[in-house]
Amino acid sequence: MFEDIGNLLHGFSVVLQPFNLVLMVVGIILGVIVGVLPGLGGANGVAILLPLTFSMSPTSAIIMLSCIYWGALFGGAITSILFNIPGEPWSVATTFDGYPMAQQGRAGEALTAAFTSSFVGALFAVIMITLVAPLVASFALRFGPPEIFSVYFLAFCSFVGLSKEPPFKTVASMMLGFALGAVGLDQMTGQLRLTFGVEQMLNGFDFLIAVIGLFGIGEILLTMEEGLSFRGKAAKINLKIVFQTWRELPRYWMLSLRSCLIGCWMGISPAGATPASFMSYGIAKRISKRGQNFGKGEIEGVIAPETAAHAAGTSALLPMISLGVPGSPTAAVLLGGLLIWGLQPGPLLFTEQKDFVWGLIASMYMGNIVGLIIVLTCVPLFAAILRIPFSVIAPVILVLCAIGAYTVHNNTFDVVMMLVFGIAGYFMKKCNYPLAPMVLAIVLGDKAEEAFRQSLLASQGSLGVFWSNGLVSTIMALGLVALFWPIIQSGWTWLRSGKLRPAQ
Amino acid sequence: MNETVKEAGGAGPSHRGVEIGVAVAMGLLALIGIYGSIKVGIGWGAEGPRAGFFPFYVSLAVVISCAVNLTKILLSADDGELFAEWGQIRQVLAVVVPTAVYVAAIPYLGIYVSSALLIITFMKWLGNYNWLVAVAVGVVVPILTFLMFEVWFLVPLPKGPLENLLGY
Repeated sequence: MFEDIGNLLHGFSVVLQPFNLVLMVVGIILGVIVGVLPGLGGANGVAILLPLTFSMSPTSAIIMLSCIYWGALFGGAITSILFNIPGEPWSVATTFDGYPMAQQGRAGEALTAAFTSSFVGALFAVIMITLVAPLVASFALRFGPPEIFSVYFLAFCSFVGLSKEPPFKTVASMMLGFALGAVGLDQMTGQLRLTFGVEQMLNGFDFLIAVIGLFGIGEILLTMEEGLSFRGKAAKINLKIVFQTWRELPRYWMLSLRSCLIGCWMGISPAGATPASFMSYGIAKRISKRGQNFGKGEIEGVIAPETAAHAAGTSALLPMISLGVPGSPTAAVLLGGLLIWGLQPGPLLFTEQKDFVWGLIASMYMGNIVGLIIVLTCVPLFAAILRIPFSVIAPVILVLCAIGAYTVHNNTFDVVMMLVFGIAGYFMKKCNYPLAPMVLAIVLGDKAEEAFRQSLLASQGSLGVFWSNGLVSTIMALGLVALFWPIIQSGWTWLRSGKLRPAQ
Repeated sequence: MNETVKEAGGAGPSHRGVEIGVAVAMGLLALIGIYGSIKVGIGWGAEGPRAGFFPFYVSLAVVISCAVNLTKILLSADDGELFAEWGQIRQVLAVVVPTAVYVAAIPYLGIYVSSALLIITFMKWLGNYNWLVAVAVGVVVPILTFLMFEVWFLVPLPKGPLENLLGY
């Protein structure tokens, strides 16, 4: 414990080096821009900017990239509140009350509440990471293949049970991701599979290409379809409003705490920030005394989803650094970065790459403080970006996507694949297929498969190995609960309503 | 209800049709996966499960879920919901077609020249900017990317005849 505090202080000294501080500010600003622009989100923003970090030290690189992520988390709120356009999926719930507030001329209040609650959510999650991550990592060092597979199992089951998309669509897109991830060289037998003799498929599908295509190109196509014009509310924000709102916020501490907990829980299980924000909003609406005002410009309706989204977005990094299982597509991209910089993600990071891990954790603290200051002071500037016509922004984003896709392997075929993924992403999005599980499946496919096959190898093909000890059984059981969560939930409400009725 | 939706929405392909198309396409992709897995062996080999074991079951899961999704769509009545209006689809194609040309041109022209052409076409065609503005943005953005990637961050990008001529 004390050793961890020492490590953290050392991390701060790494982060506070001038070069890293500059990278942090650059990262946050790029991140907010990425979050504000349609077609560029946290995941593909980080993916596109990943090549910029190839020549940096891993610690500087992760500081910049994670700051892009924090920036993107902040940026999503700006567009939701001012333009009623969620810049990111996790800020959809923020539009419900944020935009009505802006319409009533309370944009400043809504923005301050959103940024501050984002900050609170993120801070809560970072403190949680600081305390829990080292423990999880040292615990996970004892994991064998069945335990590792059960963690993946839990991760993917949570997607099915907790996402708002139809479960069979989630399963379809997730499993297709696994299948795409399996293309190419089989790591265990060294055999080529599913390549059908096509030379370009030997290396398989890189998930970074999928991220840039699905989230970047797909998003641009959706934006084009919806039309090019953005009509937004003015971003008036000044110190007076900020302090006024800050005075009001402590009143909602209970709401914040609850949203933080929801966010952390959902962030660690890879359901991610988007369902966390919806869940937090829904619960706040049910519990709050002014629940019926939700949707008409209630400040609680901004605090709840923003706190939860940031807590989730931040805590998504906990399983990434301690277990090597990313909790969100963006965390997955960061994990991809780790591999490119030559680091092996997983519990060993804490023992072998102390500088890196604690630098990252310290940069989470610093990045969110710097981020809060930057967004509070520069909102009008960022809002102005959305007023640049889309016919200028769109080709520039397309160019950036193409560069990002090319630099992954210095291969022009990847750029073609990016476009294919983009068109596929457009259709999938329109038909309500979730994209995040697909991306995570492509990333984790090889590892999940390896763990699965190694477990089966040890048990001579018996699936009983996943129920062979207390730990693995518990995780598998949690996975099943997550998988069937909607059924359990409706069963529970049915039971309760059945009991309540005779009493009345 | 249906009538009003149809009148207000204009004409276009039905959502139901596209939904069916996506489910079928994913299912077919998975069938290819199953075929490929069987070819490398899905059983139990000397080193445990063989290479096709995992992709086989995964693809099978895709086929099953696609079948469920497809049945659901086919059982539901056509509510007349549109996938998008033709005008919207034209907008989408206005991005897809130039991007496809752009992607195809990169290996031959290099990324900088193609990017300049893409930006100029886009601004001129969809944005109705005058030539001066379009060309200015189209030239400045690739130059900035060049400085950022090749000079500052030392990441090489694909180059074409123009860059060769300039000596890069």
